[in-house]
Amino acid sequence: MGNLHEPRPVLRLDGITKRFGALIANDAISFALYPGEVVALLGENGAGKTTLMNILFGHYTADEGQVTMAGAPLPPGQPKAALQAGLGMVHQHFTLAENLSVLENITLGTEALWRPSCAARQARSRILDLAARFGLSIDPDTRVGALSVGERQRVEILKALYRDARVLILDEPTAVLTPQEVDALFATLTRATAEGLAVIFISHKMHEVLAVSSRVLVLRHGRLAGEVATIAADAQTLAEMMVGGAVDAPIHRAGDPGEARLALDHVSTVETGHRGSLRGLSLTLFAGQITGLAGVSGNGQAALADLIGGLALPESGAICIHGEPVSDWSPRAALAAGVARIPEDRHATGAIADFTLTENAALERHAEAPLSRGGWMNWRAAQKEAEEIIDAFDIRCPGPDEPIRRLSGGNMQKLILGRALAPGPRIILANQPVRGLDVGAVAFVQARLIAERDAGAAILLISEDLDEIMEMADVIHVISEGRLSPAFARGAMDAAALGAWMAGEGFEGSNAA
Amino acid sequence: MRLEPIARPSATRIAGLPALALVGTIAIAMALAALAGADPVHVIALIVKGAVGSSFALLETLNRATPLIFTGLAVAVAFRAKLWNIGAEAQLYLGAVATVALGTGALALPAALLIPMIMLASILAGAFMLLGPAFAKTHAGVDEVVTTLLLNFVVLLLVSYLLEGPMKDPAGMGWPKSERLVAEARLPRIVDGLRLHWGFGIALISAVLVWVMQTRTTLGYQIRAVGLNPKAAAFAGIPVSVVVIKTALISGGLAGLAGFSEVAGLKGSLTLDLSPSFGYTGIIVAMLALLNPLGVVASALFVAGVFVGADSMSRAVGVPSYIADILLASGLLFMVLTLMLTRYRVRWD
Repeated sequence: MGNLHEPRPVLRLDGITKRFGALIANDAISFALYPGEVVALLGENGAGKTTLMNILFGHYTADEGQVTMAGAPLPPGQPKAALQAGLGMVHQHFTLAENLSVLENITLGTEALWRPSCAARQARSRILDLAARFGLSIDPDTRVGALSVGERQRVEILKALYRDARVLILDEPTAVLTPQEVDALFATLTRATAEGLAVIFISHKMHEVLAVSSRVLVLRHGRLAGEVATIAADAQTLAEMMVGGAVDAPIHRAGDPGEARLALDHVSTVETGHRGSLRGLSLTLFAGQITGLAGVSGNGQAALADLIGGLALPESGAICIHGEPVSDWSPRAALAAGVARIPEDRHATGAIADFTLTENAALERHAEAPLSRGGWMNWRAAQKEAEEIIDAFDIRCPGPDEPIRRLSGGNMQKLILGRALAPGPRIILANQPVRGLDVGAVAFVQARLIAERDAGAAILLISEDLDEIMEMADVIHVISEGRLSPAFARGAMDAAALGAWMAGEGFEGSNAA
Repeated sequence: MRLEPIARPSATRIAGLPALALVGTIAIAMALAALAGADPVHVIALIVKGAVGSSFALLETLNRATPLIFTGLAVAVAFRAKLWNIGAEAQLYLGAVATVALGTGALALPAALLIPMIMLASILAGAFMLLGPAFAKTHAGVDEVVTTLLLNFVVLLLVSYLLEGPMKDPAGMGWPKSERLVAEARLPRIVDGLRLHWGFGIALISAVLVWVMQTRTTLGYQIRAVGLNPKAAAFAGIPVSVVVIKTALISGGLAGLAGFSEVAGLKGSLTLDLSPSFGYTGIIVAMLALLNPLGVVASALFVAGVFVGADSMSRAVGVPSYIADILLASGLLFMVLTLMLTRYRVRWD
């Protein structure tokens, strides 16, 4: 019995292979997970992380290979068996019912339907006990709809723990959290591993991986590209393992701001759905400067982007271009005023999936010469423009007649960027320009934005990724509940200080300029 | 059972599956013919013969295809913009009403002036018919499927009222029927002595014009963009509502032309049975053509041939001509299935 010296793995994957047609999403992946450790799974988009997790949970059946949970093989293709064996997962997009209470959400599906409600008291005390043990403070009777994103994540973790999870899988858990909430999450993970849980932490943020994990597994093109102990790793080597080559970080050069290009003067908007609203917000974008807008998702970023992009008008307040308030404001007016727009969702708003690259490249300027004259399209000119963008932005595609839906996210984003930058814009609205892109595409997009800044464009960079903002921006504003913080110079605030503003602290006394 | 997308379907898949669909459609028709007590092979042969077997049959098919090309184009144009115009029937009838209003002696003009004027009036009437539902859709979010569908019944009742009242032919022996068009308002035949009128020619020209509009003009590009992704189109500065309204005008106008062509080319007067569901059949025509305007011509000829052939077969062997409806319906279903299977592979696990 060598158990003490050689602990038995709680989860084992042996030679997991999954093919989709010609694409090998997972190629003979094997690893073991031991109780009490946090293993980070690192990889670019499309590296096979999601496929692997879907196989673990029985959503997909592996073509080859075997998953073993605590020594017993897991039947393939049965999500229920995976849950029963003690796999718990917190998805990036939460799976909670907003109109039910925390208690109901956690017990949903675990209680037999015909059992009377006397079990509720037991469930409540069990949840409170778990919450105390793992540092997940929560009121079990609150409606989930009233909770913040961070609190909802706690409910998801409690849900997994309540079902006696022995392996907890977190998919990009920090993407929606403030730095303070991230610290709380890491504290919870430390307690969980101390109690013998094993955690798989999926991420592409190096410094978090380095902070929280004990081992790092790197996936590349469906293969296990490497495994390192976290102590022996640094961000640069991990990034190189992910992309399989050297990575150049964008070099920052301090910009000299020029004249005010676009100003929002005490604008307010009406709340529409989940896009948030603005409350008397003022913001000025200067030539040759990247203004970073940090904030937790849903605090008014979408409303602000709609305003600048020409999709909405303020309820009160004014939009000024070059000092002149605009009266007629629409996407077309914004384009005419020299506003380039990179939308938040490239699939839903940035491109038309079934259009070719040529047709997509023509979208914003199809009604002007040379792309059309007197209502007649000049497809030859349109194709020439598309080819120029493909060349200049190094878009990997069979040609301009390819439907854009066949392109990877990075190449699609390059086309949108190329289309936006082609007319030489004076103002650039970049809303989450690198979200979901692989490391190479991120570097490319960021370098282009910096080049535009150096060429004199006024750029507003909206991102939920605080690292991206701190790396790229010359001045930083934080947005919270539709209000704007004062401008912070680059490097003036650290992540923790900005995080406090993101959590809504500091706004009361301040008079945002 | 799951569907896995196929990145690049093979040539055999693209060509073979539609062939299979055709075989399946014919097999169903043959099975039904056998059920009706007839020789299945004979029934199919009679349908083909009745559709294209003689010059009379062929001309009959072309005549029947003419209104279907118009309504098929009307539907194809609208569906491209995801404007679900189910009301081509009503637009056709209003076009016919306009034709009768101007063509029964109200205007005393030579044919060279009168016919274009009546054409224009029927286009405007059909376009007007779809304008309301289009505005309701763009400005109030009212589902156009409901409005256009229900307006079909409203218009049919309106026509019924007109034919019993203001437009009733005094010499019509009490039948609900309009006066006959004056000679200058009638569409001439393409070739003297052959029973095929210029409506067919106008239909072909319309198909080419619609194709040019869709592929070569900014409006056609905007219509496709709005249909495929209205959110992205709006973001790019395309005025989505304006494009939808323009689409509605074109679509309604084409359906209005169907009414003009039937009255001025074929019937000479308006009755309540002017259209045996040409408006609805236009949906099948457009879908079979995958909304391609030139394809609409081919699919209208096919659909018309099936109807004409089945009528003729029914007279010869007594198998009900409803078999034509079943042929078309099963053909359409098979084709939808085929389209999906060229892009997806079915996995059983």
